[in-house]
Amino acid sequence: MAIIAVENLTKRFSGNLVLDNLNFAVEKGDTLYIVGENGSGKTTLVKLLLGLMDASSGKIKFDGINKNQIGYMPQQNEIQADFPASVNEIIMSGFLNRASFMPFYKKEHKNEAVQLMEKLHIYSLRDRSFRSLSGGQKQRVLLCRALCAANGVLLLDEPLTALDPLASAEFYDVLSDLKAQGVTVIIISHDVQCAVKYGDKILHLGRNDTFFGTSHEYCHSEIGKRMLVEGHSHD
Amino acid sequence: MIKYIFSFFQYDFMRYALIIGLFISVCCALLGVSLVLKRFSMIGDGLSHVGFGASAIALALGFAPLYVAIPIVIIAAFLMLRINKNSKIKGDAAIAIVSSSALAIGYTVAKLSGNVNIDIGSYMFGSIYTVTLEDVIITAVLSFAVIVLYAVFYNKLFAVTFDEEFASATGVKTEAYNTLLACLTAVTVVVGMRMMGALLISSLIIFPVLTASRVCKNYRSVITASLIISVFNFLAGLVFSIVLNTSPGSSVVIVSLSVFVVFTVASKIFKK
Ligand SMILES: Nc1ncnc2c1ncn2[C@@H]1O[C@H](COP(=O)(O)OP(=O)(O)OP(=O)(O)O)[C@@H](O)[C@H]1O
Ligand SMILES: [Mg+2]
Repeated sequence: MAIIAVENLTKRFSGNLVLDNLNFAVEKGDTLYIVGENGSGKTTLVKLLLGLMDASSGKIKFDGINKNQIGYMPQQNEIQADFPASVNEIIMSGFLNRASFMPFYKKEHKNEAVQLMEKLHIYSLRDRSFRSLSGGQKQRVLLCRALCAANGVLLLDEPLTALDPLASAEFYDVLSDLKAQGVTVIIISHDVQCAVKYGDKILHLGRNDTFFGTSHEYCHSEIGKRMLVEGHSHD
Repeated sequence: MIKYIFSFFQYDFMRYALIIGLFISVCCALLGVSLVLKRFSMIGDGLSHVGFGASAIALALGFAPLYVAIPIVIIAAFLMLRINKNSKIKGDAAIAIVSSSALAIGYTVAKLSGNVNIDIGSYMFGSIYTVTLEDVIITAVLSFAVIVLYAVFYNKLFAVTFDEEFASATGVKTEAYNTLLACLTAVTVVVGMRMMGALLISSLIIFPVLTASRVCKNYRSVITASLIISVFNFLAGLVFSIVLNTSPGSSVVIVSLSVFVVFTVASKIFKK
């Protein structure tokens, strides 16, 4: 069953065609990696999926999932840099989509947050001011908030950019836990090697060619071969 | 000296001023945190001018200003929060246009109607010493409502202030909370105009949170510190105005500015 189905999706920014007639579907429990060069429309696609922007034409269908079951991690440059908020306050705000009318957070949510913070090694930072953290620390906090909000679907916009190798390895551990829980994950990444290694499906957005298929198919496609070779030559 | 100050509080008008001022200071501090951190500081200023225009027209037509001003300012607040979302630079200009037009229209209507009861000065700079018991009751009820709603929706208001996109993406009803914020701001501004006047009310909204964010590291402490600073600024301003026989609104602004400067300098020194 396709949990998200995208049909003929097109997005223009005042004449500038960013997404052209895109079609793909994500099955429940799948991990989809979105890859492609800078400016190819990855963030735009995710924002369209989240309803933060309107498409120029085309359809996005959600099946069996509510808006308040979605977790989201924005690309880092989109967060207010100088906002006085503690790590704990930010992470707890992830639970608001499931919060009732009650003014306070539930005990079970607080416990869940502590567990997630420990898993991501940010528990010791919980009382620190967000603006005083390093780039990688901030990224882990935003990931943690996204995990708090995710109750079925998780969308991550370049979650790995500022992480050190150890933190990246832990990130993939967390993802495999989520997969075991049946969470559908959509990740934007520039790390094509890891995308084909850990992903079920790959969506490649390019200026001239677009690819959608399993990671196996991607490895054997023209565009996939090119990307994987280029990725190696940079190492 | 202290006896002299306290001797004032045997008068009803002084007690009314104190009650109204405390309520308004608390409301302004709360709303200020959301508006300033959302980068909507200008909205308080724009709304107070709209409030002035609405009040002037209401008076000219013989209605009670408060009941006309509140709905009009709520609508204005709603529109301004919206304009601002769609495009940043134009939003600023739009607020400036609305606020100066409202001021001009209000002033013209007041002049044309020839109503001698309209004291323009008190609408511009506030007139906390002329409040009646009815004013006190209305202010107390409205302020209390603002404070309770703010407290109940504290976490949600934090979420739409810090990262509205995330909140909206994950299914929080950001539209509803922005509307709530617009209503609370509108009520606070209209009620606060009584004390501070259309020209000075925005300083009551902006100074406490700016001062607090010099030293505070998390949101809760910013709110707490803003409340304390706001109440302190008001009390000190009131005493200042009694002792020097100056306008209370302007005195509060001058005290706020001084406190802000002290905090800024202190935070610079302690960082070193
Ligand atoms: N709000 C906007 N208004 C106008 N153009 C936009 C807007 N947002 C994005 N674009 C344009 O759309 C294109 C795709 O942008 P997008 O942010 O989706 O790229 P991306 O694939 O996420 O790139 P990156 O890898 O750098 O994050 C770019 O050319 C960008 O200039
Ligand atoms: Mg991007």
